[in-house]
Amino acid sequence: MEQDSYGMVNIQVPAEHLIEAIQALKAYEKAPVQLLTDLCAVHYPDKAGKELEVVYHLHSLTQNLRLRLKVAIAQDAATVPTLCNEFAGANWMERETFDFYGVKFEGHPDLRRILNMDQMDYHPMLKQYALEDETRDDKDDQFFGR
Amino acid sequence: MFGKKVPLSGRNKQMVKIVDQPEGYEGQGFFATSLDKVIGMARANSLWPLPFATSCCGIEFMATMGSNYDLARFGSERLSFTPRQADLLMVMGTISKKMAPILKQVYDQMAEPKWVLSVGACACSGGIFDTYSVLQGIDRVIPVDVYVPGCPPRPEQIIEGVIKIQELAKNESLRRRNSDEYKRMLESYNIETK
Repeated sequence: MEQDSYGMVNIQVPAEHLIEAIQALKAYEKAPVQLLTDLCAVHYPDKAGKELEVVYHLHSLTQNLRLRLKVAIAQDAATVPTLCNEFAGANWMERETFDFYGVKFEGHPDLRRILNMDQMDYHPMLKQYALEDETRDDKDDQFFGR
Repeated sequence: MFGKKVPLSGRNKQMVKIVDQPEGYEGQGFFATSLDKVIGMARANSLWPLPFATSCCGIEFMATMGSNYDLARFGSERLSFTPRQADLLMVMGTISKKMAPILKQVYDQMAEPKWVLSVGACACSGGIFDTYSVLQGIDRVIPVDVYVPGCPPRPEQIIEGVIKIQELAKNESLRRRNSDEYKRMLESYNIETK
């Protein structure tokens, strides 16, 4: 499925075909993709069965063409294959995405937290968790909207 | 010797201020006072700070150490970048939860007597960073002696904080660090007492 947003091509890919799609884009002669610019996730708590979306920003340096690959997955089975074999730079970005959204990257060599402290027991960017620190006690809930 | 203004020779006849003499008995060739007071005076006027600067308050601290404000005038000329030789831990800036154990380790490594100055809103209370990743005040992991509010505080305020620490150092009893009260206070922060 293709759609155009803000002048950039968006492609929805099912998780099981992700590696295939990336390999095909890397091998595509007219605009070979060489760079994984960014890898992140979005949480849509209202989209039943597709709560999480992993977004891959790809860049064809030779053609200066950018495109987005999106993989929608369910929150209770948030697993996508790792891109570490295709792009070495995916390693830390996948760790970050795991850290903040709890997405598991199957086949990742070292999938553990990277930015938050190791003892943290949840994934803070999921929308069911408050952004504010629960231990803060000098703010009056009435005025700070908690 | 103490408390007198010494005239400088030369073109600029400026006056140099010297620390006041502690209370005591003075006679020809001798001066007697309590050890507490002498040691307190010496400690207070030669505090070696360890700057633990993580953000914009650290920039204000750089101004504080610079020639305009010059913390060296208060006997804190020598910054110690090893906790082993520092008397005063100056925490300036946001401390994330991931950094909290490191800050605690730095405090642990300092030798007694030690003081902690918390500079800026973030170090004191988390400041504007009311968020999952930021420690909501360093007093959650280590005991703090003086808080300097501000976002960031001006160098004058930081100097005021250091002067308050000097007063604490000057008036502290020599037995305080051995007292049960002090040990209980450290234990309440889960800091090992030897």
